[in-house]
This record gives sequence, structure tokens and C-alpha cells, in this order.
Amino acid sequence: MKLTVNGKTYDVDVEDDMPLLWVLRDELGITGPKYGCGIAQCGACTVHEDGVAVRSCQLAASDVVGEITTIEGLGTPNALHAVQEAWIDLQVAQCGYCQAGQIMQAASFLDLNSEPTDDQIDAAMSGNLCRCGSYLRIREAVKTAATKLRAV
Amino acid sequence: MGRVKTIARRSFLIGSAAIAGGVAFGTYLYKREGENPLLADLKPGETALNPYVKIDAQGITLITPRADVGQGAWSMQAHMIAEELDIDPATATLSPGPASAIYYNGVVGAEGLPIAATSDTLLARTGRDAVDVAGKLMGLHITGGSSTVPDMYDRLRMAGAVARETLIRAAMKQTGLPRDQLRTENGCVVLPDGLRIEYLDMAVAAADIEPVQDVTLRDPSQWRYLTKPQKRTDMVAKSTGTLTYGIDMMMDGMVYATTRTNPALGGGLIGFDAEAAQGMRGVRSVLPITGGVAVVADNTWRAFQAAQAVECDWGPSPYIGNTDEQFDAVANSMTDDHQDSRFKDEGDVVAALDGADVIEVEYRIPYLAHAPLEPMSVVVKMSQSRLDIWTGTQIPRFVQANMAKLTGMDAGNIHVHVLMSGGSFGRRLEDDYIAQAVEIAMQLPDTPIKMIWQREEDFSHDFPRPLAMAHAKGAVKSGALDAFDLSIAAPSVAESSLARLGQPAIGPDVAIVAGAWDQPFAIPNYRVTGYRTPAMVPISSWRSVGASGNGFLHESFMDELCHAAGVDPLAERLRLCWHDPSRKVLEAVGEMSDWGSDLGPNRGCGLAFTLAFGVPVAEVVEVLSTDDGIRIDKVFVAADVGRVLDPVNFEAQVQGGVIFGLGHAMNCELTYRDGVPEQDNFHAYEGMRLYQTPQITVRGLENGNKIRGIGEPAVPPAAPALANAIFAATGQRIRELPLSKSIDFI
Repeated sequence: MKLTVNGKTYDVDVEDDMPLLWVLRDELGITGPKYGCGIAQCGACTVHEDGVAVRSCQLAASDVVGEITTIEGLGTPNALHAVQEAWIDLQVAQCGYCQAGQIMQAASFLDLNSEPTDDQIDAAMSGNLCRCGSYLRIREAVKTAATKLRAV
Repeated sequence: MGRVKTIARRSFLIGSAAIAGGVAFGTYLYKREGENPLLADLKPGETALNPYVKIDAQGITLITPRADVGQGAWSMQAHMIAEELDIDPATATLSPGPASAIYYNGVVGAEGLPIAATSDTLLARTGRDAVDVAGKLMGLHITGGSSTVPDMYDRLRMAGAVARETLIRAAMKQTGLPRDQLRTENGCVVLPDGLRIEYLDMAVAAADIEPVQDVTLRDPSQWRYLTKPQKRTDMVAKSTGTLTYGIDMMMDGMVYATTRTNPALGGGLIGFDAEAAQGMRGVRSVLPITGGVAVVADNTWRAFQAAQAVECDWGPSPYIGNTDEQFDAVANSMTDDHQDSRFKDEGDVVAALDGADVIEVEYRIPYLAHAPLEPMSVVVKMSQSRLDIWTGTQIPRFVQANMAKLTGMDAGNIHVHVLMSGGSFGRRLEDDYIAQAVEIAMQLPDTPIKMIWQREEDFSHDFPRPLAMAHAKGAVKSGALDAFDLSIAAPSVAESSLARLGQPAIGPDVAIVAGAWDQPFAIPNYRVTGYRTPAMVPISSWRSVGASGNGFLHESFMDELCHAAGVDPLAERLRLCWHDPSRKVLEAVGEMSDWGSDLGPNRGCGLAFTLAFGVPVAEVVEVLSTDDGIRIDKVFVAADVGRVLDPVNFEAQVQGGVIFGLGHAMNCELTYRDGVPEQDNFHAYEGMRLYQTPQITVRGLENGNKIRGIGEPAVPPAAPALANAIFAATGQRIRELPLSKSIDFI
């Protein structure tokens, strides 16, 4: 089957039910999306399908219809996305393992809601687990990113 | 290269006050000692100025031997070296270095001594010095116990200073100028006329310089990085998905593996049928390993699927298998013959309670899983002559020794490459998962193998924080605390975990009473007794170790007695507290929270204080009781680490510790049925999520006389402060964790 990831099209030969996460990580070597729980409880595997956040551990490869963007495709160290900039400005990450998923979730959310309230941020981001407890900075960074994005 | 070797050996640095005989800052003695492990691996043109700094024409590498499990240890260690070396840490390459005795930890062992952190007697100092010497002799290359900053603060600044002075000597030789005409600035030696010589240009010349005998550390007023808001060196990589964790390593020809061992812990494998699994797509082999099976495939998911398809005949667990019975065993161990310690015994508790109106209550805390978000994972490659291991670990040298035993290889041929850990909370003080991967590699040599546990395997094969019970008796007199008698029973973490590291556990286990026996309060009759429950399921250290639960036991009872006495819990603690830095964090948190103000209906504030790892921490939690349950609105924290080296990460670690403490107190427990843990993924072990996260206001105080670490100390007071707040808001006293067994949370 064909998959478009970060603007590049790949031909992959995998079972229909292989979760996208493992296609990305083990077949394509794209390791930004992380394995945390395998049951959509932690959000570490979050990527975008046509700009919308999805849990790649629960999305079967054969069900992918849109273009996939991973954290690597959102922005790079030399060309950061506004959400990544905000994450760095506010020094959000601790172990950092959940943060690719957090950032992808936030970027998708802010695309749909450019002026979110605190409650809306909490609702949108509460499916993403952070065991280190970086939540307060996540909340602030989403707000900072919203301001940055509105200024663009 | 021979010359380089000699110099670097001679300039090898021994850190640590104990070795230097407790000398003051200023002059340090450098002895020739041990082998600089960097010398074994130098590239042409590269010089190791000491075990912590390498330089060549392309750049400087800083060695940061304490593991980074999210607490920012790599970045902090780099900043400590860079401060004295006079470089921007962002320009350096960081490396955790090889497993080596040189990188011993001289501080962490003190947590095992029955010496209060507040004690500065000769005996206390001698005990700490002995720990340092033992750590050095054992080559205890280990990360834990919030020890990185206290252990490395002098050592790494000295390493940076020695490297800097060596480079200045090189410049003196090159220019003919005397020392007092040269200074350094941001990676350069600066000449009187303003001409700058880059450090990198002297990389080779520095190898020929006589070792620097003594250097002077900079006065803190000169610091550019320490105590200032820092930018963590890993932040950009972690925000762009470009950081390589153990789970992300990729190598040519690599295969993917997972393991399944008996979910009934210790039960072993009687037999297995792998026929169905063998036939599944991508499966290369199904191999027996100790206690279970390993599946090797060409993709992790295929390995996961096939592992589930292996039919295993498991043996029964040899341990007490049901949580009710486990608690019975704990309760039954509160007898004289199980008494493990009584480090605190002031006044006469028995006499004080005799005839008094005794308040007698019982508390329970559950087993807890570490569950770092990166599940246990490792890449190994074994050939006839060497074994390479890539993983996030806190114990590289124990890994080396234990894998040498397992394989029969010489430890020197086992190379542990430490990677960034996606969390740990103590889990990576164990090497069970590494041993499994090595067992696979022994059956599959010359092939790089990436082994990843399924989350369910990670939960069911954790070494949890032990359960515990406390029996508390107390009395109040004339509106004040008079007697406080706390008996704590729990299995011993030291006994369980040290045995796995091949180390003896001698004497009482301080962890059973840590965070309870050593609190700075002068209650007239005050006793804390530890009882050792005979070993049950294997257990280990969990963020803040013994104090993680004992804070709840001690501070819940403190609150109960204050209410019984009719005294304000803050005022009474302040009255009883004899330790100045502790008093000041209590005062600070009172001021921050406007303690005692009218909160309005259905609101309550709870206070708790724990001194753990030498750090006094006071926390106030404010909750609102609603029809939908308890909502945690605000937390105020004051903590004293002696000196806050990075206010940004300090705040992050305190907030994270509070959230970790609150989240587990709210809704987490590990329970067992027939030896099998019943919680196997995050749906059943949720912790805190963003919508439940309160405002957390943090203040760092600097009254303590020693510098301390902050990765753990904020955890212990969180649970009791929350329980005490719930009592204040609702009148409901909850004596068992998790609190969700007794009350709902929003």
C-alpha cells in the first residue's frame, strides 16, 4: 500500500491491520512518534492525518486515507513550528518521551481553535499522558503558541 | 599518544570532600588515581583533559555520567563543567561516557544510613565519609536518590576548572606570556592585546602540558550559567522528535524482539507451544529465555502479535498472590520479632500514652508501578569478543557486571552505551529487561536486536514501590501534641533490590521509615518504629523511595493530632520545629498560601511537610468539594536545596514531583490476584491528567548548608497535603491510598 508521510510517498508491504505507528517506526524508520501504551490511552503516538491529530497506535495502516505528518514533518530544529517554539521557550519537556505526541495534539487543536480558553485546552490535551508531570507548562505553551500563530 | 595518556592519568581528578579530607573550597589535591576511561577510546588529535572533558579541533565533549531520566541531569552536569571551563554548554557535545568506577557516586549510599540529613555530628560526618569511600572502592557508577547535584557539584566544576587551567598553560607555552596576563572567555584564551586563541586550536598542544596541581573555583558572583535560568541542552531535540531514546536506536540488519514471561511473578515457564507463532508473518524465531519466551521478528508489532500467540504453560507464583493476603502479611509483621529499627525514640511514649485519651488509627498505602512512558527497551549486539548494549539505565556498571556473569564474558568486553531515558522513577535501577535481551543475543549472535516490552509486560513485570501499613497512636495535652508513636510495617526494598545487584543488605532498612523517623520536630514523646515484612513480590525504589509513602503516614497523623489538640497544623509544626531551614519553608508556604484565611464553603486547605534527601519541603493543597467530586485548585510549595542552580528546571521538578505525588495518591494502585498484577495499562493506572492539574506555585529557599537535589523531595508531602485538604473541606478523614477508593475526584 502507499502512504504519504511528511510529504514523501512510500510503498509499504504490511498487513492491513498493522498499526500506523509500527509502519512509521519499524518500516520507515520515523521514530518521532512513540509507543507508550498501544491502546490510545497515552497519546505518545499522536500524528496528523490531513492535519488532524490521530493516535497512530490505533489507526490500521489500511485505514489511512490522508497524508500523514509526524513531529519530524511539523518542524525541524532549524525551522521550528510555532508550537515547537513555544515548547522550547517555556522549557516544557522533562523526559520528553510524551512531548512529540503532546506537540502534535496541540498543533492540530490550535489549527481548529485559534483562541482557546483554558477549559478548551484542558479538554483537548487531557488524552495525552505525561508521567513526569509537565502539564502546567504544556498548558502555558499551548497559550503561547496560540498567540504566536495568531500573529502569523 | 603515550604522552597524552600519561598526562591525562596524572591529571585525573578525585572529586568529593571526603577524599580531600573535608577541605574548604580553594585548593584541591589531584592524585594520580585509576584509569581515565576516555583514554581507551580517543581518536587521533583528541585529548582527554580529565575523565569529564575531551577536546579536539572540531569541538569539546563533556562527559555527564549521571543518567538523565527526565530530571535534566545531563544538561545540569554540562552546565556545571561549562561554568568553570568557560564555554557555552550549548556548543559542546554531551556524552554519558562509558561505564566506569571513576564515575562512582559518593553520596547516594548515605540514604541507607540511619543518619538524619539534619545531623552534623562527628558520627554523621564520619558515616557520610565512609559512604563516599565505599562508593569509590565499589566503583558505584549509579544515578539515584536525588544525588546528582550534591555528588557532582564540586567534582564537575573542578573538572571544568582543571581543563580550563590546562588550556591556559598550553596558551602560556605557545605565547610565552605569564599566567596572570591570560584570561579565558567563552571558549577562548584571551591575550593582553585582546587576541583570542580558541580552545579547539590548542587541543593537541594541551596534551603536552604538565598536569595542573591546584585550581581555584570561581566565586558564585562570577557565574554565567549556574543559578541563572538555563536552557536545557536537550530541549530542542525533545521538541522536534529528533532525540534518540533507547527505544529509537536503529542499526543495519537489526531485528525486533519482545518477551513474555510468567505474569504470575516468579512462577516460571513449564512449557510452551510456539507452532502458531512460528508461522506468523515476519517471525524469525521463538526462543526460550529464563521464565518465558522471546519472539524475534522483522517488526516490533509482528513480534508483539506472535508473542501473544505463543501458548505458555505457566507455573504458579511462589509469592503471596492476593492483595488482601499481602496486607494481612504486613499487618502480621508488626510484632517484636519483625522489628527492624527504632531510630527515633524520644521522651517516653509508653508512659505518655498510659492513661491518656489515646488516638489510635491505621493507615494503608498500596504497591505502585513506575510505568515510565518509554517501556523497557534495549538494543543489544553480541559477537564472540564483545557485547554492546544501548539503553537508558541508571546502573551501567552493574549492567556490565551482571551481563558478564550471564554471558561468561569479561566485563571489559561489555560496552554499555547509556541513552536518554523516557522516564524511570526508579525502574531503570533494574536490569532484568537487559538480561532478557542478552539471553536472546546469546542465541542469535552477530545480530543487532531491539527488544521492546509491551506495555502490559511492563506493568506486570515491574518491581513496584512496596505496600505498607502504619499503626499510629498519639495523645495531646493542653492544646499541644504530646505523644506520637508511629509503627510502620513494609517489606524491605534494600533486601529485594540489592540482592538483584549482587550486594548484601546489612542491618536495618532505613527506607521502611525514611521520611518519618528523621523529621525535625520536637514532640515531647516521639517514637518511630520500623517492622520488616518478610519478602513477597520483588520490589524496588520508586521516586522518593521510602519517603514516598511514609510522608503520607507521618503527615496524616500529624494533622489528626493537631485537629485533636485544637491547634492550627501550621502553627503547631512551627512551634515544634527545631531545624531552621525547615521552619522557613513552613513559614514561606504559610505566607504563599495565605494560610488561615477564610476560603468560603466547601473549600479546604491541607498542609504537609517532609524532609527527604536532605530537602525540607512544605506543601499546601487547596481543594473544592463539589457534587461531582473533589477538585484540586491550588498547590503552594516551598523547598530548600541550599542553592538553586537552575530556577527554571527547579520549578519543573517540583511541579512534576507534586503532580506525580498527587496523581498516584488520587487513583493509582497495583493489586494482585494469584500473583498477577491486575493493572496492566494506563486505563487502570491513570495518574493525573491536564484537566485535573492545579496551579502549582513554587518557591526555592536557600537556607540549607549543603546543596541538594530536587528530583524526588517534592513527591512525599503531596499525598498527605491532599488528604488533609479533603478533611478540611469535607470532614472526611481518609487513611488509605489511593484516595479514589474513598472519594471521587473531578
